[in-house]
Amino acid sequence: MTWEMVMGLEVHLQLATRSKIFSGAANRFGAEPNVQACAVDLGMPGMLPVLNEQAVRFAVMFGLGIDARIGKRSIFDRKNYFYPDLPKGYQVSQFFEPIVCEGTFEVPMPDGDLFSIRITRAHLEEDAGKSVHDRFPNQTGVDLNRAGTPLLEIVTEPDFRTAEQAVAYLKALHSLVTYLGISDGNMAEGSMRCDINLSLRPAGSEAYGTRTEIKNVNSFRFVEKAIAVEAKRQQELLEDGLSIVQETRLYDAERNETRSMRSKEVANDYRYFPEPDLLPIVLDDAYIAAVSADLPELPGAKRQRFIEQYQLSNYDAAQLVSSLAMADYFEATVTACGEAKATANWMLGDLAAALNRENLSLEDAPIGPLDLAGLVARVADGTLSSKLGKQVFEGLWLREGSADEIIAQRGLKQVSDAGALESLIATVISNNPDQVAQYRAADEVKQKKLIGFFVGQIMKASKGQANPKLVNELLARALAGD
Amino acid sequence: MSVTASDVAQVALLARLTIPDDRIDEVTDRFTRVLDLVAELQQVDTDGVLPMSNPHDMEQRLRADEVTEVNERDHLQQPAPAVEDGYFLVPKVID
Repeated sequence: MTWEMVMGLEVHLQLATRSKIFSGAANRFGAEPNVQACAVDLGMPGMLPVLNEQAVRFAVMFGLGIDARIGKRSIFDRKNYFYPDLPKGYQVSQFFEPIVCEGTFEVPMPDGDLFSIRITRAHLEEDAGKSVHDRFPNQTGVDLNRAGTPLLEIVTEPDFRTAEQAVAYLKALHSLVTYLGISDGNMAEGSMRCDINLSLRPAGSEAYGTRTEIKNVNSFRFVEKAIAVEAKRQQELLEDGLSIVQETRLYDAERNETRSMRSKEVANDYRYFPEPDLLPIVLDDAYIAAVSADLPELPGAKRQRFIEQYQLSNYDAAQLVSSLAMADYFEATVTACGEAKATANWMLGDLAAALNRENLSLEDAPIGPLDLAGLVARVADGTLSSKLGKQVFEGLWLREGSADEIIAQRGLKQVSDAGALESLIATVISNNPDQVAQYRAADEVKQKKLIGFFVGQIMKASKGQANPKLVNELLARALAGD
Repeated sequence: MSVTASDVAQVALLARLTIPDDRIDEVTDRFTRVLDLVAELQQVDTDGVLPMSNPHDMEQRLRADEVTEVNERDHLQQPAPAVEDGYFLVPKVID
């Protein structure tokens, strides 16, 4: 039987506020345990929450960024459960009336096509602390620095059918929230954590199968692997005639498997009720309009502009806008050299490969936009062949100077002087009489192959500096016996 | 509205309360009476009345996003039964 996978995603996004959602403690990653946990975060008796205006603003920015309806009157609720890293015994969340209601999100797929995802809701809540299980023998350490970090939980409809779509969505979401500046999006530090609700159904069937929820997957690659391995597990059970247990599972990256979370054996019953310590958040049209007016250009709009303004393909545009740093780098380079397509090729080709090889981010690249623009301009004006361009690129990467300085120092100017090339060609022809005879005897199709040998010899003799286009022209004429 | 002894046991479990066996009947009876009162309230016609999330007819005030708290770890950890290296220690929890 063919199975169809059905998935919905929940993303917990840590908001990049200076302070916590309900207290004035610092919201910063990596501090000593419990130095950023104040009496409110610890749930000390009598402490009352006071809502952070920036968290509200960030949530509204996100809502506007996905064309969602903004909840003009949203309320907080208590989600009740016991766990040592949740000091109050409840998490303050929004259950009944979220701040961001239904919206849609256009996700670019790797081939550049767009794919539309329905967002069910996004709501504000507080993060829990962190439990450390492997540091103390027979005891668990609790660090409450993270308790009270503002979270936006973003929930989608079950619109995903493949792991590729899920990963594309997460990447697009990552780029949206970093463009907005509402989160640093650092997945390794837990700023963006993903829960995957996954079920299988026979292809063509309308009814959903029983789903499992895979909690807290924290990298794009793990999302892809967790989906594959959980879908396989479910498929095997179903094909053996067994049923799926609706449960929460953890993805173990080391063993590449999902397993049931034992601590959630008791069926979750969160007994939500309105949080009496907080009043409704009421937002008026003027506030929403003001937030809207301050939004930066978002990835979708920028992608469309790049396609129109720079005549880029869907694919190139989608790649270039995937991070703000990349889009800014591209525009700075094009402004300096005027060559959009060539800039895109260098960035997505040699530059991306070099960054990948050295495991660097674009911000740390040794080649800045003006350096790259210098190189692109010299290829465009014919000073460099694309092959020599690669050598200049290498020089730029090693910080040998500007493109023009490297061309001078390394003596890389392309030889486009017909006289000089003709004498090179004459030497190669007289040194290889057999190949010349073979060429002259061949038909047109075969000649096209054989000419490569002579081009290679000439490029070698010129140390790669001969203008390849000119060489081909002059060589064809010389071999024809003119 | 009738509540069974197993409903009471489930609620007690969620609340992490121990109810001795010889008191289950009494607690079950009291639960039932509370729910009967709620059932009576539910007979009131509330059409057109917005659910009340808070008895105060006010909106949430917001605070500026500023760090106002300093590190008071030593002080705040004083009541904790066990701390080490800055962590609160609790009996082993495994996921």
